[in-house]
Amino acid sequence: MSKVKAAILGSGNIGTDLMYKILKNDGAMEIALVAGIDPESEGLQRAKEAGIAASHEGIKGILADPDIKIVFDATSAKAHVQAAEQLREAGKMAIDLTPAAVGPYLVPPVNLMDHIEAKNVNMVSCAGQATTPLVYAVSRVVPVHYAEMIATVASRAIGPGTRQNVDEFTRTTANSLIQVGGATKARAIPVFNPAEPPIIMTNTVYAAITEKDFDFDAVKKSIADMIQDVSEYVPGYRLKGEPIVDYRDTPWGRLPVVVIMNEVEGAGDFFPTYAGNLDIMTASARRVGELYANHFLQKEEVQQ
Amino acid sequence: MKIPRLTDTTLRDGSHAISYSFTAEQVREIVRGLDKAGVPVIEVSHGAGLNGSTIQQGFSKTPEVELIKAAVETAEHAKIASLFVPGIGTSEELKEAVEIGIKVIRVAVHCTEADVTEQYIRLAKELGIEAVGFLMMSHTQPAEVLVEQAKLMESYGADCVYVVDSAGALVPQGVRERVSALKKALSIEVGFHAHNNLGLAVGNTIAALEAGADQLDGTVRALGAGAGNAPTEVIVAALNKMNIDTGISLSILMDLAEEVVAPIIPAPIVIDRDNLSSGYAGVYNSFLLHVRHAAKQFHLNPTEIMEELGRRQAIAGQEDWILDIALELAKEKKYQVIK
Repeated sequence: MSKVKAAILGSGNIGTDLMYKILKNDGAMEIALVAGIDPESEGLQRAKEAGIAASHEGIKGILADPDIKIVFDATSAKAHVQAAEQLREAGKMAIDLTPAAVGPYLVPPVNLMDHIEAKNVNMVSCAGQATTPLVYAVSRVVPVHYAEMIATVASRAIGPGTRQNVDEFTRTTANSLIQVGGATKARAIPVFNPAEPPIIMTNTVYAAITEKDFDFDAVKKSIADMIQDVSEYVPGYRLKGEPIVDYRDTPWGRLPVVVIMNEVEGAGDFFPTYAGNLDIMTASARRVGELYANHFLQKEEVQQ
Repeated sequence: MKIPRLTDTTLRDGSHAISYSFTAEQVREIVRGLDKAGVPVIEVSHGAGLNGSTIQQGFSKTPEVELIKAAVETAEHAKIASLFVPGIGTSEELKEAVEIGIKVIRVAVHCTEADVTEQYIRLAKELGIEAVGFLMMSHTQPAEVLVEQAKLMESYGADCVYVVDSAGALVPQGVRERVSALKKALSIEVGFHAHNNLGLAVGNTIAALEAGADQLDGTVRALGAGAGNAPTEVIVAALNKMNIDTGISLSILMDLAEEVVAPIIPAPIVIDRDNLSSGYAGVYNSFLLHVRHAAKQFHLNPTEIMEELGRRQAIAGQEDWILDIALELAKEKKYQVIK
């Protein structure tokens, strides 16, 4: 079977890890090009070593190749806004790993099929990929009035882009918990912990329920199913202990709060295994790319 | 010796100890007393800073903007300040607080993460208010690291950087080393914020002053997270005895502590087992009530949770780890019983 050609725009850490993930897992995509802007960058060097074409002329090389159908953008929000326009004009599908959010949020086990014809989708944030499925797992059983998530990541696994724009990270993640996760209101709070040795990513989701009665066993079952779904493409994604119900005083009265604790251990493709936050981003992007690649192939078959 | 600037944070740090239940009336009364006594800066916000009202930390009983408004309206001389923790607060809340009338923002991060404050320190300066960098859990890092981090804050435009002993784990020598290193390396002011887990809050505050600190924190009647802070009225009394005239009225502060603040405090703030084990393990003070909640729920000794939090190097904002640890400890115990 032929494969769909994909390119990675951005030869930094995220782009490099994504490259290794696509190489490691045989699927419907093949990487035709890794494009960066710094000829000396380690990422481009590594692409060449892996036998992949590398360009330091940014998006130019990608636009020049009509066979490239899928482009992963691992640059910056600002750069993506520009690239999005060019990719759209060139008829290429963009999977945006920056916080630009030009296209709709995509969280694989929740709304993967909803945007199958979209030409640009956004991967939210690492915390969004980790916790949106958990909020959704509750809200598909019982309405979630308020969701709050705390993402604790190792300081070493947080790049300068996020550090200089914490506002954007919290806003994007909270929006995803509402728009994709199904919560009525939401907050997202990151914590950067410098402990040595570095800790792996841990996430806590609080889901406050205003319904008088709800079936907690059904909620637990739904969460377990969701963990299973995510761990299919992020093998290190798991629960930390069983979810519990804790009663808390809230502005909406004393409410049962479903508390879900989760951890994400990275696959160690390029990043160290503690950087589960980065791993879940690239693994989710690959998952989305695979879906689109298969979709393209099916469409081609139909046309033939 | 120089005359330090005192910041009273009863209405911020103290909110941890009373589960974020300050009312606008209490704020007015306390601000009135502090202002009349001549305290130059009064901090008001949720204990975890602007927008801290969450499940993780505990919800405010009265929206903090109402409390900040009450403080701004009441103070005739004192500047009103707020705490701000990036990620808990966002630019939006900072702008809102400045509009209400705060004149100082204290941007708090774990003491290795100063680069996260850039966006907010710059914004505060653009908005024309004073920006203070607040290096939390300063006991976890040696002076050189704190200097490096403080210099980043200085480069973003901070007017002062604080050494913050969030866990009450520093002894006077550690305070002196850190404060004097910052004084030597920075051209801006340096401050110190104490907690009393080792019974050293006032002593450490004086040690900081002797090492060159320009700004000091206190809370009336020590009303603060965990073991509480250096009591503002005691700092003033000690400074008087050292012939350092802050111009602050000790008698007004003593009356405020006795007649207004003491009746608000649900239980006396003492160095009990929980607070001592917390300071000894180097654990963030505002975890106390959350640890007690989890210990009760899972039939554990708060000390064992504190020790594990210390071992895992938990930092500010990680109240969720308390529950995680309690669940694990409870599970281990169950397992031991079955065995």
